[in-house]
Amino acid sequence: MGKEVRNVVLVDAVRTPFGKAGSMYSETRADDLLVRVVRELLERNPKLPPSRIDDIAIAATTQTGDQGMTLGRTIGILAGLPHSVPGYAIDRMCAGAMTAVTTTASGIAVGAYDVAIAAGVEHMGRHPMGETFDPNPRFLAEKIVNPDALVMGQTAENLHDRFPHITKERADAYAAASQDKTAKAYANGRIQPDLVPVAVRTAAEGVALATADEPPRPGTTVEGLAGLRTPFRSHGRVTAGNAAGLNDGATGAILAAEEIADELGLNKKLRLVSFAFAGVEPEIMGYGPVPSTEKALAKAGLSIEDMGYIEINEAFAVQVLSFLDYYKIDDDDPRVNPMGGAIAVGHPLASSGIRLMQYLAREFADAPNVRYGLTTMCIGLGMGGSVIWENPNYQGAQSKAA
Amino acid sequence: MTETATKAPSELVTNSLVRYTELPFDAGLAAVITLDNGRDHTKPTTLGQGGLEALAQALDEVAAKPGVAATIVTGKPYFFLVGADLKNIGMVRDKAMAHEIASYGHEVFSKLADLRMPTFAAINGAAMGGGLELALYADYRSISTAAAAIALPEVFLGIIPGWGGTYLLPHLIGAPNAIKVIVDNPLSNNKMLKPQEAFDLGIADVIYPAPDFLEKTFVWAAKIVLGQTKVERKPVDTGAQWADAVADARKRVAARVRGAARSAYVAIDLIEGNAKRTRAEGFAAEDDALADLVMSDYFRAGLYSFDLVQRRAKKPAGAPDTSLARPVTKVGVIGAGLMASQLALLFLRRLEVPVVITDIDQARIDKGLAYIRGELAKALERGRMSQTAHDRALQNISGSLDYQAFKDADFIIEAVFEELSLKIEIFKKLEGYISDTAVLATNTSSLSVTKMAAPLTHPERVLGFHFFNPVAVMPLLEIAKGELTDDATVATAFEVAKKLKKTSILVKDAPAFVVNRLLMRFMGEIFRAVDEGADVDVADRSVDDFGLPMRVFQLLELVGPGVGYHVSKTMQDAFPDRFYASANMKALIDASVSPITVYEGDKAVLTPAALAVMKFGDKKPTGEEIRARVLAALADETNRMLEEGVVSEVQDIDLGMITGAGWPFWLGGLSPYLDREGVSEKVNGKRFLPKGVASVT
Repeated sequence: MGKEVRNVVLVDAVRTPFGKAGSMYSETRADDLLVRVVRELLERNPKLPPSRIDDIAIAATTQTGDQGMTLGRTIGILAGLPHSVPGYAIDRMCAGAMTAVTTTASGIAVGAYDVAIAAGVEHMGRHPMGETFDPNPRFLAEKIVNPDALVMGQTAENLHDRFPHITKERADAYAAASQDKTAKAYANGRIQPDLVPVAVRTAAEGVALATADEPPRPGTTVEGLAGLRTPFRSHGRVTAGNAAGLNDGATGAILAAEEIADELGLNKKLRLVSFAFAGVEPEIMGYGPVPSTEKALAKAGLSIEDMGYIEINEAFAVQVLSFLDYYKIDDDDPRVNPMGGAIAVGHPLASSGIRLMQYLAREFADAPNVRYGLTTMCIGLGMGGSVIWENPNYQGAQSKAA
Repeated sequence: MTETATKAPSELVTNSLVRYTELPFDAGLAAVITLDNGRDHTKPTTLGQGGLEALAQALDEVAAKPGVAATIVTGKPYFFLVGADLKNIGMVRDKAMAHEIASYGHEVFSKLADLRMPTFAAINGAAMGGGLELALYADYRSISTAAAAIALPEVFLGIIPGWGGTYLLPHLIGAPNAIKVIVDNPLSNNKMLKPQEAFDLGIADVIYPAPDFLEKTFVWAAKIVLGQTKVERKPVDTGAQWADAVADARKRVAARVRGAARSAYVAIDLIEGNAKRTRAEGFAAEDDALADLVMSDYFRAGLYSFDLVQRRAKKPAGAPDTSLARPVTKVGVIGAGLMASQLALLFLRRLEVPVVITDIDQARIDKGLAYIRGELAKALERGRMSQTAHDRALQNISGSLDYQAFKDADFIIEAVFEELSLKIEIFKKLEGYISDTAVLATNTSSLSVTKMAAPLTHPERVLGFHFFNPVAVMPLLEIAKGELTDDATVATAFEVAKKLKKTSILVKDAPAFVVNRLLMRFMGEIFRAVDEGADVDVADRSVDDFGLPMRVFQLLELVGPGVGYHVSKTMQDAFPDRFYASANMKALIDASVSPITVYEGDKAVLTPAALAVMKFGDKKPTGEEIRARVLAALADETNRMLEEGVVSEVQDIDLGMITGAGWPFWLGGLSPYLDREGVSEKVNGKRFLPKGVASVT
């Protein structure tokens, strides 16, 4: 193993279009979504010999059935990779794919791997949240956690309580903006190039091709959102409109040591700077990105002002807003989720981390004047994850987008 | 179709699901028609009247919908479409209706060709017969590497590809290749094309890997719609090359079936004419030809045969309940000669359990083991066996002089010389080592299973397990139940047969069981005629109209006169008034004459060495007389076997002749042909099968 830490780059990231849970992918298996993602990654990067892949880490929250059986290995075999390429499964709930990236990146940094694939999937239609939960009774009997901790929507309501200045109106305004930004990104063709078309079939309807995300609701207005139910609490603030939905989808990325990427002539879309995970009280799960970002920034010796773009997962609007408030960033700051976020595009739990990186890569590509960016997300049971990236296309602060 | 059409009451209708979806690159809206019968992969999709109507409706809907940029036809997982619903066609009772089936298929499929936007067939899985024909109406075709079987098997069944195949395929890929698919492959044990072969022949324009076959097809279709991709095809020569291909095909078919496979000749005639016909004229010619064949007993016998090998072969008549079968975890083979070694190989490859062989000395055992290991190495080298399966088989094979090695075997088969006392001696000796329930099977072709079992402590464990040569190729196994054989033994044998992937029929312990008994009676009549003074070539070609895979004297040279004579002698001893053991044959064997005949071109001629020892009478029966004798003998023997209860139904005799002797589908094995020729009634005063079972009326 090398004695020096090597630079790690993200070579490419693709994803399937996200579906509403059990809708366009109702009869499509989670593992088949992943096979599409992995095969597309290899097809888009023909300079990477598949035999050079040293490991495949694949995340899913519910690891059973078509999301079970050690996904990294089964997908490698099903996608037709050489049998010499190993794989494993990984789980950190919503930050599964993010953890797949940081874990394989760590292996690359220390010289254990040259190239790795990180991926994530969640088919919430086939695996409803909590499907296989069997929480230890001590959690509640010994009041180890607040009962709300296991229901994400209730943790979001708790966050509104904790930060009363984050009103439902603010959350709805943020949500409507996310829809708007997503619609604009689609109109400008910034999302489509990194989508993997998936042939879908249902026994009743036959075959079709999924080429676009299903969840976005272009034209959503604050007024339209105002009247939605608050399912987690009567007279609450969290609605289906200001939270991410229940979704199906898969994402995947190729990571490589920078020197190997150069040797093989691979693209370099993001360069890893630092990462951190951190925990908070489980009942205010959504606040996790604050301490994890603090840690990651400290390790990188950077401050939030250095971040030219911030891709934060929108599990709930309130959780994003609590982060922005902490860093005193405006709700409509153009650096934050410029292409929209999970409220519009969806959040298939363990797959979302790579979607954030994919979006950041697109933003970096068009902004050679931006040097650093952050991808961050909240994680069930009170955690946050943050990864700081450098723009390999950075040409100095004065440079202009092409 | 008119209201007079009869719908098959049991038609499992294949629906044509229409779904609209956006193509990649903003190429526009695609109409996707998915052929799906709503069942899983165990029920292939076929087209009957209901399915055709559904497809017509779907295509009409797409034609009427504005703004459709492409139409893509595909199937449910693993199947594109496997053709016409044969049940439906088998029920047709008048020619007008047969004609209507052909022309309605043309009419419906043409709706696909007539769509104004580019049309695509995404051949995702098996495409056979009418399924492959439907794909030919599309402008473009993609094929998946997982499309298991691509074929036009109609000629094999006794009809022709009558929904456009004989016109569209040669005009797409040229007559030489089309004839391979339409004529040669069906006559070669109904060979199917692999996807790569279909692509190489030009049937599909592109081939894509299974995991993203549909996605890649959508992308390809979008590029064609946008004009970014063009499909180049070789121009088809409808002149000399076409004519030569037709002439060559006639010669090949004549050599193979000698005029018997009517459907092959009709198909070639159609292809010949289609060189210059318009599409409409070609389809009209297909309508007429298909109607003729559908209304022929020849085709009905083919359908009957198809049903025997597809359905009856899977549920052997008279087999005891499978729950009675005992597990077989180790197999013993007594003998290490060629036959025994072939058996050992088959058990090794299919059962994947330890197999022990033995013989009278170590040298013979070593020779057998060397042969088996050599065959395993060949199979590995040719990619017919995986490394893992090969290694496992090598670990599983052993040889031993000591019968101790058989003590834990559950199934022991002997393949030693055909001598009753020897076989009894071996079985008795084995009983000193093996468990009380281990099955003792004999591969005898003519000895009595009951006599073999009688002297044993446990005679109920003995049965006949009779293979056909070559063991790896011929599908048939005759399972002969002796008088004392118990059901558990028979059930175990049937389960073993199933794992060996053999077609098994249950037969009574009777001399030569079924297939060899009929073959001996048949060949005996031919040899008798030669001995009487018939010209050997006249005798040899007297039954050319059967279309047998080989003429009698070809078969004799292949099997070896020694083996043939031995069995015929056994049969003559048993039934001297019916079976004929040729004195000439005895003389030829005693004088070690080989070969007895040579073929001068198509003509059998006795060699000078043979002529030197043979004696002939002066009767000189004609070919017509010999044929009549053969047919009468077969009708008589078949009837006797049924009366003796050798099999429970004549269907098992027919299944046996198809799978054990390679007798053709169009004979229906045997009995439909005897009925058709009126021989059954003449000889036995009755038909073997009721009218309509393997005949039109």
